[in-house]
Parts: sequence; C-alpha cells; structure tokens
Amino acid sequence: MPRLPISKTPKCYVGGKFIRSESARTFPLNDATGEFFAHMPQCTRKDVRNAVEVAAKAGGGWAGRSAYNRGQILYRLAEMLEPRTAELVNALTLGGATVAEAKKEVAATIDRIVHYAGWTDKFEQILGNVNPVALPHFNFTVTESMGVIGVVAPDEAPLLGLLTCILPAVTAGNSVVVITSETAPYPAIALGEMLATSDLPGGVVNLLSGFRKEMVPTFATHEHIRGIGGVVNAADRKALEIGGAESMKRVKVFNTADAIDWYAGEGPKASLYAIADFLEYKTTWHPVGA
Amino acid sequence: MNEIGNVDAVGVEERAAKYGTRSIKTASKVKGLKLAASMVDLTTLEGKDTPGKVRALCAKAVRPHDDLDCPPTGAVCVYPAMIKHARAALGDKSPVNIASVATAFPSGQVHLRTRLAEVKAAVADGADEIDMVINRGAFLSGEYNRMQDEIAAVAEACGEAVLKVILETSELETYDNIRAASFLAMRVIRQGDFIKTSTGKTSANATLANNQVMLDAIRDHYFETGMAIGMKPAGGIKSAKQALHFLVAVKETLGDAWLTNRRYRFGASSLLNDLLRQLVKMETGAYQAPYTFSEAAGAY
Amino acid sequence: MPTAAHKKSKSSPRRRSEPELIFGDLWEFDPAPESADPKLQARYRLFIGGKFVAPKSGKYFPSFNPATAKPIAEIAMASPADVDAAYQAAAKAAPAWANLPGAERGKYLYRIARLLQDRAREFAVAETLDGGKPIKESRDFDVPVAAAHFFYHAGWADKLAYAFPGATPQPHGVVGQVIPWNFPLLMLAWKIAPAIATGNTVVLKPAETTSITALKFAEIVQEAGVPPGVINIVTGAGVTGAAVVNHPTAAKVAFTGSTDVGKLIMRSTAGTGKKLTLELGGKAANIVFEDAPLDQAVEGIVNGIFFNQGHVCCAGSRLLVQESIAEAVLKRLRNRVEVLRVGNPMDKNTDIGAINSKEQLDKIAGLVKAGQAEGAEMFQPKCKLPREGWFFKPTLFSGVEQSHRIVREEIFGPVLSILTFRTVSEAVEKANNTAYGLSAGVWTEKGSRILKMSTELKAGVIWANTYNKFDPTSPFGGYKESGFGREGGKQGLADYVKLT
Repeated sequence: MPRLPISKTPKCYVGGKFIRSESARTFPLNDATGEFFAHMPQCTRKDVRNAVEVAAKAGGGWAGRSAYNRGQILYRLAEMLEPRTAELVNALTLGGATVAEAKKEVAATIDRIVHYAGWTDKFEQILGNVNPVALPHFNFTVTESMGVIGVVAPDEAPLLGLLTCILPAVTAGNSVVVITSETAPYPAIALGEMLATSDLPGGVVNLLSGFRKEMVPTFATHEHIRGIGGVVNAADRKALEIGGAESMKRVKVFNTADAIDWYAGEGPKASLYAIADFLEYKTTWHPVGA
Repeated sequence: MNEIGNVDAVGVEERAAKYGTRSIKTASKVKGLKLAASMVDLTTLEGKDTPGKVRALCAKAVRPHDDLDCPPTGAVCVYPAMIKHARAALGDKSPVNIASVATAFPSGQVHLRTRLAEVKAAVADGADEIDMVINRGAFLSGEYNRMQDEIAAVAEACGEAVLKVILETSELETYDNIRAASFLAMRVIRQGDFIKTSTGKTSANATLANNQVMLDAIRDHYFETGMAIGMKPAGGIKSAKQALHFLVAVKETLGDAWLTNRRYRFGASSLLNDLLRQLVKMETGAYQAPYTFSEAAGAY
Repeated sequence: MPTAAHKKSKSSPRRRSEPELIFGDLWEFDPAPESADPKLQARYRLFIGGKFVAPKSGKYFPSFNPATAKPIAEIAMASPADVDAAYQAAAKAAPAWANLPGAERGKYLYRIARLLQDRAREFAVAETLDGGKPIKESRDFDVPVAAAHFFYHAGWADKLAYAFPGATPQPHGVVGQVIPWNFPLLMLAWKIAPAIATGNTVVLKPAETTSITALKFAEIVQEAGVPPGVINIVTGAGVTGAAVVNHPTAAKVAFTGSTDVGKLIMRSTAGTGKKLTLELGGKAANIVFEDAPLDQAVEGIVNGIFFNQGHVCCAGSRLLVQESIAEAVLKRLRNRVEVLRVGNPMDKNTDIGAINSKEQLDKIAGLVKAGQAEGAEMFQPKCKLPREGWFFKPTLFSGVEQSHRIVREEIFGPVLSILTFRTVSEAVEKANNTAYGLSAGVWTEKGSRILKMSTELKAGVIWANTYNKFDPTSPFGGYKESGFGREGGKQGLADYVKLT
C-alpha cells in the first residue's frame, strides 16, 4: 500500500516567521492540471501593516551592516537555493512551467542573486562621489537606503521576476514587503522557506500571498512605505501614485503592459540603476580649515 | 583652556568677508574716517628713527591736517629710546598719548628681568602706554602659566600705564591659538588694557578675521567678568576703506561702547594719510594725490 | 566718546548688572543704494518659439516691488492655449536639439553663462526690485550662481556617457518646469541648465510674483542664438502652472515649491507615465552641540534662517541647542540679530529685505501670532521697519515645544524656533521628528560625531559646521515629504535622462 504523503500548509514568510493571514482567510490553489493543491493565505491590509512594522524594525539593522557582510549574506542565499533547485523546479511546474523552463528560471534566479551579491560593496563607489565645490568646503554625496519598500511581484516568471524586483531594493539596504504573484504564489512560499535558512535577518524580506486589489491600496497610502517597486497595471499604477502623493512615495514600477524580458542580462533594467531607484542621495558639506 | 572654546576657520573668514561688503557713504563715511583717525597709534618703529623724525610724527599726531577738522590720533608709538623725544615734542598735557613697544620688541627673546627693566624705564621716560609681546614660545610649548605670569609681571611694571598685549597672531598660526592666547592674556590684564594682533615685523599682520576672533574673545570675557578690554589691530591696515571695515566689525560685534580710542586703536603709519586723503575728497569732491600729504612715518 | 554702560538684563533678573552690549546709533550708516539700471520693460510678453508673443487672452497682471508695494511692470497671463503653443514649439524643437552633438549643445549653455555674467548687475537689480531680496544677495549669490549652473552643465552636454556607466542616456523630450519665487533666476538655472544640457526642450513657468528675470533671461536666450522652441517661458498664476504640469506633451515635470502643491502635482500626473521630480518644503533642524565653535555656529544659525528673509526651503528654522550652552547661544544670537539691517533691499548694506508678497507677509504674521499664543517667548530686535512695503522683523522664539505650530509648519519667513536637547540621540530624534527631510545642520568639533550625525539625520543635504551653502556640482534635494529627485551634480543630471 502506497504511503500517504504529508501535504504542506503553505505559510507566508514575514518577520522571519511563517504566518497565515491574520484574517485566517485562504484561497484555494490548484495545480496546472486543475487539481487542488493547497489553501494559500489570503493576506489583507492588516497583514501589510504588520509586515511593514517588522520590515521597518529590521531595516535599520540590515542597512547598518557592512556592505561586505550584506554581500556575503546575499551570496549565502544563492548557496541555499542551489541545492534546493529541485524543490523550486517543482514549485514552478506546479504553475504550468515545463521542467526545462523551470530549470532555466531557477538557474537564472540563482545567478541573479549572485550578481546582486556582488553589488553591495560597489554601487556606492559608482553612484556616490566627491563634489568639487567652488567654496572652501569638502563636499561628498553618498547613498542611503530609503526604508521600507513595497514590491508588487509580477505574475509571469514567479520566481525570477519576484527576485528581480526584490533584489535591487534589498541590495540597496532596504527591507521589502512583497505582494507575491496572484496566479503563481507557490514559488514565493518555497522561497520563504529558503530565506529562513539563509542568513538574511528576519523582516528584511516579507512575502505576502493574496490579491493585489486588497493590498495595493494599502501600499499606496501607508506612510511608512517609502518606495514602491515591481510590476503593476495602469490602474494600480495610477492608484499608487495618487495614494503615494500624500507621503511623497517613490514609485518606481514597471508596467504590466510592457513586455518585460526577465532573462535579459541583469533583468529589465541595468542593475546599478535598479538599485539606485531605491536609494536616496545625501550630500554633506564641511569647511576645510585648520 | 578647555572652556575657552574654538574657532572654525572658514566660518570666521566668511563672517569677516561680510564686513568687507559694507558700503559706508557720505556723512557716515566722514564720521567713520574721523573716528578711525582718532584711533590711530601713529607709529614709527625703525632702526633709522631719529629725534627729528619723532618730532615730525608728534606734530602730525596732534594736528593731522591743517585745514580739516580732524581729531588728534590716539597715540604715537615709538621705540623706548625715542620716548623722551616724543615727550619733549608733545609736552606733559597732550591729547596724544605716547605708546612704546617694550619687552624686547618684536621677538621678546630676552630675560624677563631685562624686559621688566625696559618697561619700567619706558614708563619712567614718560610712556603712557606699553605695547608688549607675549612669550610665543611659552604659549606654543604649552607653558600657559609661564606666559600668563610674564604678562602679569609686565602689567605690574606698567603701573598707571595702559598695557597692550601683542599676541603676534602670525606666529600663533591658528584662530584657535589666537582665541586661546587672547583669553590667557585678558585674564591677567586690567580694565582698560588692550590685546593687539601683531608687531608688524612678521609676514602677516592684522586681518578682519583675526580681528574678529579677538573681538569675539573680548566680548566673551566681558560677558564673563564685566571687564572691558580694548583691541588694537596692527600692521597691514593701510587704506581708509580697510579701516572702516574694521570699525564696522567693532560696531557689529562689541557695539557703541567700543567705538572709542579708549577701547580700539589702529597700529598704523600710512593709514592716517589715506584717512586724510579721503576726508579731503569728501569735503572737496576731488580725488587727492598722495604727495599733498606730509610724510608721517616709515612703513609699518 | 561714550563709555561702557551696564544695562540691567531683563531676561535674567537674578543678576543685577549682567554685562550687556549697546548696539545704538553712535555711528549709523547712510543709505548706500545700488544705482545700476535694471532695464525693465513696461510690459512683458510670453516667450514662445524664440519670440516674444502677446498672450492669446490679451490679459496682463502687475508685478509688484515688495519694498514699495507698487507695480513695476505688467506680465502676460498665459492661458492653457498659450501653454499649448509653448509645448508645440518645444516639441517641434526637441528632435533637432536632442540630435545636436553634445559639444554643440554645450556651447549654447556656455554662451548663456557668459551673457548672464555680462549683464550680472542689471539682473541683480531686477531680481531685487521684483522679489525684494537684498541686492547684496542677488549680486553676490543668485546671479553669479545661476551663471555657474549653466557653466557647469555646459560641460556635461558632451560627456553624458561618462555619467552613466553601463547605460545609454537619452533625453525625455519636452520637460515642463514650474519654479518658486524665492530664487527666481537661480531656480530657473537649476531647472533649465540640466534639462537642455541633456537634450530636452523646456516649457518653464516662473512664479506669479517674480517673472521679470525669467523674461530678461529670455532676452539672453535670443542673444545666445538658442534655436527657437528649445526654451519657452510662460507666465501666469495657478491655472497656467496647472496647464504646464498637465499638458500631455510633457514627458517630465519638474517642480520646486510647496509640499502641498507638490502633492497636487503628483496626484494630477498619476498614471500618465510622466517622470516627476519635486523639490518641496522643509523644516530643517540646525543642531548645535556644546563643543561647537560658538560664534561660527551663531553666524550659521543667522545665515540659516535669515538668508533671503527665510524664504528658503532648506532654511534652518528649528534650532536645536544642547542645554548646557543654550543661554550662551541665545545671548550671542540676540546680539547678532540686533545688528542685522532690515530695510530697503536695494541698499547695499541691507541684510534682510522685503517679504515677497502681502500674502506671504500675512502668513508669517499669522504663524508668529500662533507662536505667541502657544506660549513661546519671542525676541525681535529694535530695528525700525520701512513705512511702506512688506517687511517683517527677524524673530526668535525660545521656550518652544516640539508640538507647537511654529515648530511643525514651514513658515518660509525670518522666524526661528529654538529648542534644546541633552543627548545625541535626543537631538537625532527631535531633528527627524518631521515629515520633511530636505536639509539639516550640525555644529560640533568632534569629527566622528559629525559623521555619525550625517548618517543619522534623514535629510538630503547635511551642512556640518556651515549652513546654506550651494554649488552647481553639489546635488540638492530631499527625503520624505521634501520631495524626490536631485538638482545639481551628477545625481541631478540623472533626473533629466532616460537610461536605456
């Protein structure tokens, strides 16, 4: 008699812990064949609120780590994914990808993590600089992380797209609250389990499954979310910009309508400038005199 | 020393530059020029000074110009050997004081007893004011007590004479040092005494910035103790325009009570003639050539 | 000659004869008016497609001299139809301008910089006449730094590839720009220089109360031979501004002004795909530690809040002083404020000129009243204000709480709120306790503390042991509700290009 396998209750990775929605709501997720797979947490605006709290708490520590250490931690994340390739491939095929497609996506994802791991201690050297002011002052511009960034993950390339949107913000020293793919949320669940085993401090990446229409309005108006990344449709973009105006949010999103090549070299945007999207520039003046 | 505080070099130079943008016109210019003239310590400090040169200087100090209503200068400033000649020229009751540089001016590098003897001799010869140099070596090597003790000893040797303590700012180099030396000096001198920037014998002299540092120190000392110390920038102030900017600094830092020659002096030789040139110009409307003004003293 | 008088101090009755300084009229300065001819026209038209054109409506509005409250010229009121004409001219000019070799584009900017320098004094007088700022500032700051901005950006025009490694910079196309009244010519330079250096064409609207130097600048655009349509200037009020911001041709909108209007603009451009940069309000903390060089700190405090009558978005309007030196700082500050010269902006000795408009004067007066009503202790110097025109005395408020309106709201006038703190973390917390994040000041002799504070303060510009310094090479712009994007430097350039 074949053994009955243990099925997993998917949980969202928030604040370094695995949670169900505070609302206790779920939505059923079927596999590509239409078979029931699991009940996904249907996160709400309150889950967004809680996630922003933990993200804000974790953010200072993450930004305060040395750039070298952040690079090592991101590289460690790649190390955590590589041996779990099979599990990630399964998570992707669940949503309809072929095994070959899924393998390609996982490989590209791991490589992208490695790419960004190498940026942590370099972007500052290119984006920041000393300014030769015409006054007897020393003047320099450095970058600084923004704080909590809301990310709306794309539906397509549910693993590669997700990480391509998360990595620039996290590399920049921010913490993120992510609305994962609506149509293929399971790879984010798997990713959460791998994040938990990486050295990335809890709260730096927070993954919420559920529906954009329930969470995007909170993204737009939550004052503590300082920037928005990811991929949104025209209506959501407008809503985010209107809602974000009150707290002057930095909205740096891609449009769903635009064809995005997630496999392009460093992603759809040169990675240095993708990181720069979630940085502030701070310029300091000091007199030069004895 | 710690409580004296410090000075940001760029900041104080910025502040000083603002005085340079003040534009003093018409009646206020005439008033300022005359005020400046009354504050001049008309100076000759040369190896080639003679009794005749000093007599001419004194005459100029008492009556700077034949036609102008210009006040006498605050003092003449001469080497100790010339005090007797200045006293002879000015008489006992002159509006013009006799100031003399004592204490082995300009280096001060002789024994203290020699310096004190020089001060006493100068006062005995009729000096109303003594311009001493501080022991820069003692200051720079951190022997602050020694520096102060020497100043206190000179002040005592002065008796009734007013003491002006020359910091020699160019040798102190930093504004922090100038501020610190100002305080160390002010703590051992008397109400009515002065602190002074320079001997005029080194490469750098009075500037609006070191003047400002010393004015700020005088103000802080005044706030702390109620004691009003005078200020004398010396050397390098050659034009009337410069002098007016120094006066603006006094007006805006210490206020009206310091706009008097009992609290502010210019150590200068050629400045007086430029003040006179400008005064004549203000009166006649015509720019003046320098050769119409009597030679007052050698370069300072 | 007077002797030192010991005045009884009102503020500390404990000590009978606290030494005080006397800032009287012993030596008062006579008027020293700047006399250069500003070469004003009676009536200014719009500058569209390289020509001065009458507004389609035929309507004009007066521009006032804030020092006399009298009109000095008529300014064209641009309607949306005029704005549309400006955008058409800019769109027509855009492809050729973008395709011009960078080196050639740069030459036009160099020409503009030189022409501004040639006519510097005339522009300074016009700026002071129209805006009310002291001639000293327009002459020594606004105009020379405006020219410097064109000079700086001129050199970038053929070197853009070096600014963006790994990417290809392209112009956005037509840029709509709306600028404020506090630094009319300088803000124009901040906006136009990087925009045209990177190959964009512009439609710019100056503030309603300060259009004149923008239109004089249009004369320079003609003198420089800049191709028609590259720079267009439309004048008017809010309706004109809204038309500039909302015109569909604008690929990018750049705005400097109040946070309220900035939010409106972000809402109105939402979903349009327009690239946006906003340089908005501030409520900067200027933090003085007990080991600071006090006199330079006092000078920096004065420069921080009274520069340009306090009409400065990055003004150091919240002074945070360490408790141990609060008395000493306040005393020196009062003495310093006592010798500030308030009055005719055209006088070369004036430190604080006229408030830009009646409306702004009323706003300042209203907030000062609120400060008094909330129980703060007010100090103003004895200076006399001119009988006509719009003026306000430099004002210090002590005994202020973090919750007071004068601490939270941007006053945009010569009004300083003074708070105290005890520890570094308290200073940081108070400084960051605001929705704004444009600038901050720190005064301390301890190097490591400067760097720590610079890291902790959430603001785009940190002035350490100095305040209110600006340079074309130095990026300027805010965190949080002070807006986004930078102006000046390599970082400012980035906001005027698309990276592909």
